[in-house]
Amino acid sequence: MEFRPNPQRTPPPNPDLPLDQARQPVTQAKVVLEARGLVKRYGHVTALDGADFELREGEILAVIGDNGAGKSTLIKALSGAIIPDEGQIILDGKPVHFRSPLDARRYGIETVYQDLAVAPAMTIAENLFLGREILKPGLLARLLRVIDKKRMLEEATNSMKDLKIGIRSMSQAVETLSGGQRQGVAVARSAAFARHVVIMDEPTAALGVKEGNMVLELIRRVRDRGLPVIIISHNMPHVFEIADRIHIQRLGRRAAVVNPRRISMAHTVAVMTGAMSPEELSPDELAH
Amino acid sequence: MAEQRSPGTVPTPRRLLERLPSITVLGPFVALLLAVLFFSAQSDRFLSGQNFSLILQQVLVVGVLAIGQTLVILTGGIDLSVGFVMALGTMVMTKFAVELGLPPLLSVLCGVAVTTGFGFLNGLLITRVKLPPFIVTLGTMNIAFALTQIYSKAQTVTGLPDALLFWGNTFRLGETVITYGVVLMIALYLLVWFLLSETAPGRHLYAVGNNPEAARLMGIPTQRVLLLTYTVAGLFYGIAGWLLVSRTSVGDPNAGQTENLETITAVVLGGTSLFGGRGMILGTLLGAIIVGVFRNGLTLTGVSSVYQVLITGVLVILAVTADQLSKRRG
Repeated sequence: MEFRPNPQRTPPPNPDLPLDQARQPVTQAKVVLEARGLVKRYGHVTALDGADFELREGEILAVIGDNGAGKSTLIKALSGAIIPDEGQIILDGKPVHFRSPLDARRYGIETVYQDLAVAPAMTIAENLFLGREILKPGLLARLLRVIDKKRMLEEATNSMKDLKIGIRSMSQAVETLSGGQRQGVAVARSAAFARHVVIMDEPTAALGVKEGNMVLELIRRVRDRGLPVIIISHNMPHVFEIADRIHIQRLGRRAAVVNPRRISMAHTVAVMTGAMSPEELSPDELAH
Repeated sequence: MAEQRSPGTVPTPRRLLERLPSITVLGPFVALLLAVLFFSAQSDRFLSGQNFSLILQQVLVVGVLAIGQTLVILTGGIDLSVGFVMALGTMVMTKFAVELGLPPLLSVLCGVAVTTGFGFLNGLLITRVKLPPFIVTLGTMNIAFALTQIYSKAQTVTGLPDALLFWGNTFRLGETVITYGVVLMIALYLLVWFLLSETAPGRHLYAVGNNPEAARLMGIPTQRVLLLTYTVAGLFYGIAGWLLVSRTSVGDPNAGQTENLETITAVVLGGTSLFGGRGMILGTLLGAIIVGVFRNGLTLTGVSSVYQVLITGVLVILAVTADQLSKRRG
């Protein structure tokens, strides 16, 4: 597989402005990933009940919802981990059918899993390229699938440098890293290979305050390189700090998409838990 | 993570320190060195090329079996069927050649096919029926033992054709006489070392042993890797069988009784973790040689063989303790 940095698709934010002014929510941006009327039933339980979803170019979209609202089922459908019973998933305007996470990955959708899916005894470079190693050229080398360690090391160093993850040596084992640095490796891996979308499941859940902030910064850098990011999180301050729009999932459907720059955390939680109906929100609070 | 340094800078002392092999890598070397020093002081016959050649011949069969065992243990599994599967393979080779009169090389091929088939069977039961490797290989161990006894009627096969004995042939290197079998063993170790460290399937084997879930999520066909590992292990048991026949010149239905523990001993002494995902194939060769050196040295110094078994047991427990402690720390 060819390893290439992602081209800049959206201009980086103006560094002279505070972040919320520098990045106005992009209303006219192209829709990258869309889902219409997704239904998923497990026996008598309906996890998704006609859920819609829309991810736009160059944004960080947070997906929040109470337990049982169907947010993880929604994300699993988008990352290929489950196959929905009904509904449509549309990537770049074309309907797609994911049979497995590998399938979704072939379409350029990378997922960072909550439980830090890394092989701790292996090196950072090996983890970055796990399952898609760079092979040496030549017939015999191809046949034996001989890996090009030197190139993998170089590419790993470059991609970690791009994301400003200051790890000295790519040949050290992942287990020598802190939790935040490990998450950094997982994020760098997905950012390096994703062509369309990065999905992050609770990326800051296992981390302390400082490391959590570091990962948030990293996620912004991924977006600023032009990759839209879907982030699932229970951590409301983190969601409000990082998201461009917030998708509120409730009772298996999308209740509302809100603008974190205008809505309060209290209103967001109220809609999420059903204490407030989405209709009660002012148009200003909704994302367009 | 705050600071950022460019790669390829001058190695600082700390970077050099990180490159030093860890204790699990150095451990086997140190143990071997100490044992060699000790026995050299105890017996003047110990430190000679001829004696080392002998030690290598003595560890030959266990050494090749332990290649398969290392592959299996690296995936986080274990293979208890090693010895008896090899024994069944040797019976097929010798009886096919002597009693059925098949061409010797074809007989060898049949024997290796049987051991490889057993490896494949182990792999199938582990990946498809999802049984634990310990139970599966305990079962196939007994099946292989029983089949060996039934097929051979507990009779030793003698009068083997030369081709079956090929690996027992020798050549001279200066004063030292070396068998081709020893050369084959070392060649096999180097080959597997290359495959494990330099190829994608080799790295996948480590990943499957280290974190199967992560490996699966990264798109590695973990079940296929496991199936292939057990099958290839079976192939090595067949080759070890041929080496055994070459060394003993008979097909012995009672072979393979002690090899299970001996291969696990070699793997563990060589610094490979029983938890999977960590270790080196060349460490296993060292581990096998360490056991051989202790056996040989204790014999030369006139210590009863019961003590050799005792010391092997102590060594294994020490090695596993080191493994467990390093896991707890990490």
